[in-house]
Amino acid sequence: MKNNQNRAALRISETKRKLTSKITGIKTNHKRPFLKTSEPSEKKIKSFQATSGFDGFKLFVTLPVILYSIMLIFLPLAYVVFLSFLKSDNYGGYTFNFNLKNYLEVFNPSYLKIFLTSIFVGLASTFICLLISYPFAIFLRDKPEKTRNLIIKLVMVPFLTNSLIRTYGWITLLRKNGVINTSLLSLGIIDGPLSLMYNNLGVIIGMVYTLLPFMILPVYASVTKVDQNLLDAAEDLGANPLEKFFKVYLPLTLPGAFNGSIMVFVPAIGYFFISDILGGGKAMIIGNLVKNQFLTARNWPLGAALSVVLLIMTFGLVKIYQKVGGDLDELGG
Amino acid sequence: MPNLVLSVYEPLRNRVVTRRPSQTRKKVYLKNIFITLVMLFLFLPILILVIFSFNTSKLNVVFTGFTFEWYLKLFENKNLLEAFRNTILIAVLSTAISTIIGTISAVGLRKYNFFGEKFIGKLIYIPIVIPEIVLGIALLSIFTLFKLKLGFWTVLLAHISFSVPFVITNVRSTLYSISPSIEEAAEDLGASKFETFWRVTLPLIKPGVISGAILAFTLSMDDVVISYFTAGPGTNTLPLYIYSNIKTGITPDVNALTTIMLVLTIIILVASAKISSRLREKRELS
Repeated sequence: MKNNQNRAALRISETKRKLTSKITGIKTNHKRPFLKTSEPSEKKIKSFQATSGFDGFKLFVTLPVILYSIMLIFLPLAYVVFLSFLKSDNYGGYTFNFNLKNYLEVFNPSYLKIFLTSIFVGLASTFICLLISYPFAIFLRDKPEKTRNLIIKLVMVPFLTNSLIRTYGWITLLRKNGVINTSLLSLGIIDGPLSLMYNNLGVIIGMVYTLLPFMILPVYASVTKVDQNLLDAAEDLGANPLEKFFKVYLPLTLPGAFNGSIMVFVPAIGYFFISDILGGGKAMIIGNLVKNQFLTARNWPLGAALSVVLLIMTFGLVKIYQKVGGDLDELGG
Repeated sequence: MPNLVLSVYEPLRNRVVTRRPSQTRKKVYLKNIFITLVMLFLFLPILILVIFSFNTSKLNVVFTGFTFEWYLKLFENKNLLEAFRNTILIAVLSTAISTIIGTISAVGLRKYNFFGEKFIGKLIYIPIVIPEIVLGIALLSIFTLFKLKLGFWTVLLAHISFSVPFVITNVRSTLYSISPSIEEAAEDLGASKFETFWRVTLPLIKPGVISGAILAFTLSMDDVVISYFTAGPGTNTLPLYIYSNIKTGITPDVNALTTIMLVLTIIILVASAKISSRLREKRELS
């Protein structure tokens, strides 16, 4: 609710500014900053006591975040960008030969094919997660609060066992003579075993399974915020469920859906262990490429260049998310 | 006059049940089925793992017979136990440290203007949105640059690195709902800033801190990618143990361990729900 208030306040102040500038003829058009963080109209809560002298508390609460973000976020990523411009020297090290050769190599046709496969797998996984999460959230919304809380907690329970072992469980299910195939065969539903593993389908199933809760939670959060009166009004005016979804739910929950989409798509192009286990060598994604360059081929500059490309893709998605009205604070629960 | 109206209205009200079109009995039934199917899907591989923990065969391929032996064999598998111990230890430590750092940071970001604040405010979101593999190789590169020995502590550092932002965003959302006048009142009454933080702010943001801590713990237990890059050759964590044994086949003692972890999680979940509802009852009664 606070974000809606902020956005409304923003809109009002924008209109005011535009009107004033039109009337007075003075332009006050400030450039929009990149990666705008939320709370622009939030007042900074400063201590009302004039702090002349050493404020130990201020040091206590600001030093950790400065140290942490510089050392564990900025420095590592800046170093990766720096690495991407260097040249590997075939012995696992690198020479300080600044060039863009790594980026040219990124556009190698075999790499490009893997890029396209990754994006396809990512988009497919995101779409299927949306298809499952939206009805799930909408149906769950009407349940009593106790049931809802229990179900949402249960959705997160699988995460407390490691992702890798849950993916391993899928092997037993998806193999040619695994549980699914043998049961379908014995029931006579299919004639021959389905090829559910060692291809893109297996990877997509694995990604959807692992990342579904990351889609369910934000979609559910935004679906529950939709005013019941709007839905009742739509029903009273004769809307069928499909119309209700497209005309009421979708526009209002678009930021939440996009939030979930980012939290699914971005890992889906990076979780190399899922494509390793369920795809064999046949369904490689960008994550596999980066891992190979860093650990097998020991070509760190090339791996760094691939990572920079991944970073650019990710930041682009986040920008679109903000344009759609998403709030950065909502990402990640 | 009103009594006459009521006497006519009351019996009618009990007989007629008007439901909205979306809430007909049949529709509710179908919706419940859908929700159940999704929950089954989420627990399907876990169910398989649990079933196969009782398998007599050594390979996780076909179910040949029922046995409890793997639950005993589990405690003989030193590598597996060490991997599990490391994973849990890292999860607990990273949760504790990142919750502390995250809570303090959230308070600091909200309360004070300081040098580089806007930039740092944006940096905070990065570990949440970027692919874990990028963060993993970035940390690996930095650790190698500073010649840190890859091992338990580098994995711990890496887990803290990706957990803190999640704690910050969780705590921040509860911080926004607190009015600053409470803190100002406390300082008016003579409390130092540290006292205000410890006795006023912290209890008020407790829900956010707790949900941030739970999220940090879950992410740490679940992590594969970052542990893969930041662990050294000697370290053994659960995902690394499983990954190294995938080609040769995972013996069912791993399944047994997973089952035990699952049972413990469910017990803790149920217990915490009971405790919180009992606390709520006590509060309502007093």
